[in-house]
Amino acid sequence: MRQLAAIALQVLFYIAFMAGVGYFSTRPAYTHQDPALALVKLSFSHAGERKEDCRRLSPEEIADLPPNMRRPTKCSRERVPLYVELLLDDRMLYRAELPPSGLSGDGASSVYRRFPVPPGTHRLTAKLRDTRREQGFDHERSETVTLSARQNFVIDFKADIGGFLFL
Amino acid sequence: MRSALRKLFECVDVCLNAAFSPAANPMFQLGAMGWFFYWIVVGSGIYLYIFFDTGVTEAYESIQALTESQWYAGGIMRSLHRYASDALVVVALLHVLREFAADRLHGARTFTWITGVALLWFIYASGITGYWIVWDMFAQYVAIATAEWLDALPIFAEPIARNFLHDATLSGRFFTLFVFIHIVVPLIMLFFMWLHIQRLSQPAVNPPRRLALGTLAGMLALSLLYPATSQGPAVLTQVPAIVGMDWFYFFLYPLLDRYSGSALWAVVAGGTALLVLLPWLARSRQAPLRVARVDLPNCNGCGRCVADCPFGAITLQPRSDGLPYGTEAVVDPDLCVSCGLCVGACPTATPFRRRSKIIPGIELPDFPMAKLREDMIRVMAGIEGSARVLVVACTKGNSALTVQGDGFGMVSMPCVGMLPPSFIDFALSRRHADGVLLSGCADNDCFHRLGQRWTRMRIEAERDPALRARVPRDRVAINQQDTVGGTLNRQVLAFQQRLANYTDPGQGGNRTCVN
Ligand code: HEM
Ligand code: SF4
Ligand code: SF4
Repeated sequence: MRQLAAIALQVLFYIAFMAGVGYFSTRPAYTHQDPALALVKLSFSHAGERKEDCRRLSPEEIADLPPNMRRPTKCSRERVPLYVELLLDDRMLYRAELPPSGLSGDGASSVYRRFPVPPGTHRLTAKLRDTRREQGFDHERSETVTLSARQNFVIDFKADIGGFLFL
Repeated sequence: MRSALRKLFECVDVCLNAAFSPAANPMFQLGAMGWFFYWIVVGSGIYLYIFFDTGVTEAYESIQALTESQWYAGGIMRSLHRYASDALVVVALLHVLREFAADRLHGARTFTWITGVALLWFIYASGITGYWIVWDMFAQYVAIATAEWLDALPIFAEPIARNFLHDATLSGRFFTLFVFIHIVVPLIMLFFMWLHIQRLSQPAVNPPRRLALGTLAGMLALSLLYPATSQGPAVLTQVPAIVGMDWFYFFLYPLLDRYSGSALWAVVAGGTALLVLLPWLARSRQAPLRVARVDLPNCNGCGRCVADCPFGAITLQPRSDGLPYGTEAVVDPDLCVSCGLCVGACPTATPFRRRSKIIPGIELPDFPMAKLREDMIRVMAGIEGSARVLVVACTKGNSALTVQGDGFGMVSMPCVGMLPPSFIDFALSRRHADGVLLSGCADNDCFHRLGQRWTRMRIEAERDPALRARVPRDRVAINQQDTVGGTLNRQVLAFQQRLANYTDPGQGGNRTCVN
């Protein structure tokens, strides 16, 4: 009798343990973003212009250099920060200056940002300044898009294929 | 907090003892259960790997095929793989809590504790990459959330999460990398599991067969009734807004959405630091005892202490004092937890010696055997009757305690396994007591791991040094738990009743008395 009760208890324990493992392995469901919203993701990695032009060295300056390092020009490697703006309809979603990466500031600037937005038809505008100018933009794209709920709308930037990509 | 935790464990232990018996109580086997689940995960993982195709679409499809058209084999393997990984998390976390509650993290045990903390990282790294390679909607969530989380660290020039921007930019090479990580991390983990038990002799890495079979049957039943499935293929143009979450592995991930990647790093780094420092932060309940010391003139190099030390702290080394024995015992003070089991094992620790001072080959300086002999005689002196009980209590490493009660006297030591069997013989044959009650930790939950086992085997003459055959075994009782207080009194009372009705076989109640 005792033996039987013990076995029943064991079975009960196994059921409880397995049920717990099974249940929490997928439930309760997790809502990681409001399913009624769409998502606009702005992300790119792009190198801005160099901060300074290469400078021609004078003959004296060249002569000062060790023989194996003599070059006619001197180039600073530092790049300008990018300046980016993202507008949804007329609302500014994001505006930032993106510093170059790398210890000497000679690498690409990157951005990765998520913006949950209400679905529907919107005008999306992305602008980028990647040169030494102080005002205005070097790249701009504006499009009317219709976003559905849970759609992941990506805005990337690739200089070699014409600038902003709306994916 | 720790004592509340300990109380909680005690309640659970009692329940599970009733169901499983102490010999197969899963709570006493958490480390072994960890190994068991690990092997299930490895075994099922090898099967899955045979059928798994790496590639952006191939990964999902190959796993889907296993789950559906091969539900009776591949499907079960997949379910076992997932559920055993989840169960591994459960037993590992319980194991941590239990070792902490039991105060088994100080001194020489710190090494085991800290390698354990590393294991937690490996478990989580394995689980997270595992969910990643299925490439269903949950994998998509996990991959992106994890990549974004990694991007919160200032080490990557370009965000890794950019790899998951768009189906067109996702590369199959990336998958090969994940699969590689998902195989390599568990392999390194195996090495750490091995390291984790390096300082323990006879580590329990296999649960009792009954428990193993029951658990496997349970896992199989779960796999059949509620098979692990995918949550629809990953589509990067769609946000997996609601996912079925494996909370065992991802319970902290909501912090990423609610707060930030840096916040989660802070939690994880802080938690890890806390765990690593816990052996120093948490006050030890044990009085710091000095480690075992060998007395060379009395050590004959028999090696019994080496065999019985639960922490591998003793080695036999070439004789250094010219005595005509081949070897001598040497204690590594960094490994010794002062449990005294070596003293219980040493054949030279005998109270029958006709010298005024007994000095055994090995001894705990804080618990000299000569004093034990004196204490025994002292606490029993003046106790009357034919059911005088000598209680030998384990204090789990606490300082000594000698008590005299109604019809019994008590001596204590860090572990009942410290008592050389000759002392039982001595107490009974010299008529200092009519019965000896050994009161230690809960059955099969020995604080010093092997103390109970060795004690039992010595008394049953299955292990050296064995209790001499002339000692009537009915006069020796092993009881559990509670060194002071109600339970002990009840145990003593019950034992006294047994003793009162007992006559030694063939001696008509007249036991030899030599003093
Ligand atoms: C995969 C995870 C783990 C496995 C498979 C595992 C396995 C084991 C095993 C088999 C033992 C030996 C038990 C015995 O024979 O007494 C043990 C002991 C121990 N474990 Fe773990 N363990 C794991 C994780 C951890 C973690 C995360 C910690 C703590 C942070 C930890 C702390 C300890 C301690 C302190 C002991 C020593 C007990 C003693 O000295 O008496 N373990 N573990
Ligand atoms: S007291 Fe003896 S048995 Fe215990 S750990 Fe130290 S050397 Fe090993
Ligand atoms: S058990 Fe005693 S005699 Fe034997 S090796 Fe150890 S200390 Fe020496």
